[in-house]
Amino acid sequence: MLSTKDLNKRFGSLVVAQDIALELPAGVRYALIGPNGAGKTTLINLLTGLLAPDAGQIFLAGREISALRPEARVRAGLARTFQINTLFAGLTPLESVAIAVLEREGHAHNWWRALPAFGAAIEEAHGLLAKLRLAPVEHRATRELAYGQQRLLEIALALATRPRVLLLDEPAAGVPQDESAELFAAIAGLSQELTVLFIEHDMNVVFRFAERIIVMVGGRILAEGTPGEVARDARVREVYLGKHARAA
Amino acid sequence: MRPLEAAFWAATLLPFVVTPSYLALASQVAITALFALSLDLILGYAGIVSLGHAAYFGFGAYTAGLLSKHDFGEPLTGLVLAAIAAGLLGYVTSHLIVRFRHLALIMLTLGLGLLLAEAANSASWLTGGADGLQGVKTAPLLGFKFDLYGRTAYAYSLAVLFLLFLVARRIIHSPFGLALRGIRENARRMPAIGAPSLAHLRKVYTIAAVMAGAAGALLTQTTSTVSLEVLSFGRSADVLVILILGGAGRLYGGIVGAIIYMVARDQFASMNPQYWYFWVGLLLVAVVLFLPNGVLGGLSALYKRPE
Ligand SMILES: Nc1ncnc2c1ncn2[C@@H]1O[C@H](COP(=O)(O)OP(=O)(O)OP(=O)(O)O)[C@@H](O)[C@H]1O
Ligand SMILES: [Mg+2]
Repeated sequence: MLSTKDLNKRFGSLVVAQDIALELPAGVRYALIGPNGAGKTTLINLLTGLLAPDAGQIFLAGREISALRPEARVRAGLARTFQINTLFAGLTPLESVAIAVLEREGHAHNWWRALPAFGAAIEEAHGLLAKLRLAPVEHRATRELAYGQQRLLEIALALATRPRVLLLDEPAAGVPQDESAELFAAIAGLSQELTVLFIEHDMNVVFRFAERIIVMVGGRILAEGTPGEVARDARVREVYLGKHARAA
Repeated sequence: MRPLEAAFWAATLLPFVVTPSYLALASQVAITALFALSLDLILGYAGIVSLGHAAYFGFGAYTAGLLSKHDFGEPLTGLVLAAIAAGLLGYVTSHLIVRFRHLALIMLTLGLGLLLAEAANSASWLTGGADGLQGVKTAPLLGFKFDLYGRTAYAYSLAVLFLLFLVARRIIHSPFGLALRGIRENARRMPAIGAPSLAHLRKVYTIAAVMAGAAGALLTQTTSTVSLEVLSFGRSADVLVILILGGAGRLYGGIVGAIIYMVARDQFASMNPQYWYFWVGLLLVAVVLFLPNGVLGGLSALYKRPE
């Protein structure tokens, strides 16, 4: 569904992506793991067009999207969330999600009809928020929401674009452990056709929710495989899991 | 329209009977309010800070002036053509403007404004330069002459303000208006939910230029004069002050700001005109300190408190 060919990116002398070749089939839950600074967020930025790669190509459902602007990639079916909340602080969750729905439906250019005329879009936004249990706060200003609710809204915004591939950058970053489990349960409950790639540092969560794992270190993909394969991989144990095991 | 709004617009008719000797001022207020409303669309709703918005006002003013000088003095046609001309200028410049934010944006709008003002100054064969455009004669509006008391002028300005206000009101309550608020709140998130922010910004910038151009044309037609002042930095700065004073992003902010500012300036002018900007400065400091959301923001906070 989503694939890349020889993706490369460096910041000055720092190599953050080196010959990245991905192949994510439809409907699989991927975890992307790797130490801090490994280049995970950078990879998402490259895939979604926030950063331009120095070299390489990106394909979504067989179509090359490397030259598309970020919003065009979203319309093609590639959505993402942000490691650090990137929300509309002064808008309500309902308004925020409605923007995405209206944009997807091609109504966002409409400046002559009032919002209530777009009942279906508002209803859809409400339904999406209800699914993520945000309906009770959908009329509050986003900045007043609890942090965990804001993390959920991050996901709601991405889902409102009806993606085929969803990239989640540490969806549970900063969320207490019990809430984190709830959040990942919500992610696990998403449509089975959706391809999901999530970045996560908590190995319990990774091994519980990922069907496959990609390990990134120093801008390279070190290993890719099922949780069992990755756990047994000697290089991974040495470079990454081993370190964590020692720290624990 | 809510009762309070209806009452407000009904009250705008009061000058005809209560202060008939101030209709010329009332007309200026309506024109400035329209200009501030156009700035509100880009600044208050889309977050584009401009220090050169007079470029579009002045472009509309000169277009209307040149048209009437060359015997196309019918005001409604002139108004529409001037608004379109300003809109075209807005559309062209928007391609540059929307790529920038923050300080760069302020410098850019300031630069474009100064550029146009200086161009108009140099092209004296066309604009009359520092002497202003000579020979502007506005034909009667639908049979009504522009009288000395300003009755026609105020009726005309008020009608255009009201119509374009309704348009602005539509815009901000539409999906497009919601998308603009999204851009203002978080420009970085918009592309990530599939929104072509730059296209939205170009569109609202063009619409705002049309409205500013209409305001400029109204000034030309109701006063039968055009001078370089319509393009000046002072005019850009004044309208910004007016909007901040009234409350940006509140639809009525520009109108309320224009009323307060213009009436106050008129009162001061009869006393100590040279101190006007001293008081403006003081007012600005006071607004920023005590009413960060403008007069309307302060009023709505008062109104909400008892709940
Ligand atoms: N715009 C930039 N300019 C220069 N260096 C950058 C930029 N963005 C990221 N980096 C650097 O690139 C490296 C990879 O950063 P990235 O954010 O992709 O890491 P990450 O794997 O997401 O880490 P974390 O787990 O901490 O989120 C880091 O060393 C970071 O400092
Ligand atoms: Mg990261």
